Amino acid sequence: MRSMLTPDHDATTPLLQAHALTFARNEETIFGPLDFTLQTGEIVLMEGDNGSGKTTLLKVLSGLLEATSGEVLLHGAPLTLAKLSHQVALLGHLLGLKLELSALENLRFAIGLGGIRTGITPQLALASVGLDGFEDQPLRMLSAGQRKRVALARLLLVPAALWLLDEPYANLDREGIELVNRILDNHARRGGAALITSHGAYAFTSGTPRRIALKAAA
Amino acid sequence: MKPGTTAAACVALLRRDLMLTWRRRGDALNPLLFAVIVVSLFPFALGPQADVLARIAAGTIFVAVLLAMLLSLDALFRSDLEDGSLEQLVLSPHPLSLLIACKIAVHWLTTALPLIAVAPLLAELLQLPAQVLPVLLTALALATPLLSLIGAVCVALTVGMRRSGMLLTLLVLPLIVPALIFGAGACNAAQAGLAFTAPLLWLGAWLALALVLAPLAAAAALKISLT
Repeated sequence: MRSMLTPDHDATTPLLQAHALTFARNEETIFGPLDFTLQTGEIVLMEGDNGSGKTTLLKVLSGLLEATSGEVLLHGAPLTLAKLSHQVALLGHLLGLKLELSALENLRFAIGLGGIRTGITPQLALASVGLDGFEDQPLRMLSAGQRKRVALARLLLVPAALWLLDEPYANLDREGIELVNRILDNHARRGGAALITSHGAYAFTSGTPRRIALKAAA
Repeated sequence: MKPGTTAAACVALLRRDLMLTWRRRGDALNPLLFAVIVVSLFPFALGPQADVLARIAAGTIFVAVLLAMLLSLDALFRSDLEDGSLEQLVLSPHPLSLLIACKIAVHWLTTALPLIAVAPLLAELLQLPAQVLPVLLTALALATPLLSLIGAVCVALTVGMRRSGMLLTLLVLPLIVPALIFGAGACNAAQAGLAFTAPLLWLGAWLALALVLAPLAAAAALKISLT
């Protein structure tokens, strides 16, 4: 497995490319045609109203859904679910965490499933999202914002270069929003990239990310 | 960076699901209670004559165990679908069929194994002749994993639907009737002093086939359910 964080790919090949990407359900176009590229070290904010297909787009980009037409290239190669391996991490509306288990147990499972970056432990990841002292609490006892932070800690642990984050700011307080921005900055600096969706209600506080507007299908 | 191995992923999934069953152990005991109650009701309904009970014992226990397992089947993938864990499993770099096989193994361990463990007690309750008990246990040991495997495919097909309980039962029942016929048939043959190995071998053959094919089919069905 090649490390995605020390890119040994051709520097000119974008991390992610979408060409004339469309997705339709029952003949009704959800989004597209859409063209964009995502370079390493880049954070892109995907903006669109409710129902404009942001979540669907992330599912197509992660390989969970198949595009109706157009193509997605990951490091210049067509994307298939089998090829994704450790390259993509998806954080959706559903966090994929078990409420009966503690934060630490959830993270240990994620590591077993997806591997772990060097130089980080679940405890460190939890501390860096501000959940010191909540390691052994069942998630059922935590608030929605705290659960979101556990999911962010999972992103820190799992070795994926491309992050697809669906409304990462939802449920978070001001400090949490800054935390997301800080995590994204660090990720970009280490050669990762992220595509984030937002319906525009949250201010992106750091830097000026490239924005792509997603219009609701007419 | 340390990418996870497939073996590590399977161990992590087995650990997590066993831990979850333990945390929800009240629910997990449901099938066991159901089977015990059903079987213990039969003597009340049919009267305590030992010869009548002995004749129906093996079949009754078989039916009760299979129905009890059906109870817990619907929950196999539901919570994973509802909290997004299933997406994470599908996106993981490991073969989904292998991960599904782990989930099926946990289902069998936590549902069928306790049922097989109480089967001798149920057999005693219904006056099953002692020499038939080993045949009953063997037949259950072969038929219950078969139900877990076949059931998993049907659950994977229906999990995306809102009210899938009824449909699931309709799908699974015809598929497990052969397992019931051969399993209970082996017990009846043993009870009548006839040869009983052939039906058991049939069950074994089906189990071998299902072990290979069912996880693949369930994985494909789950990917469809997610879209």
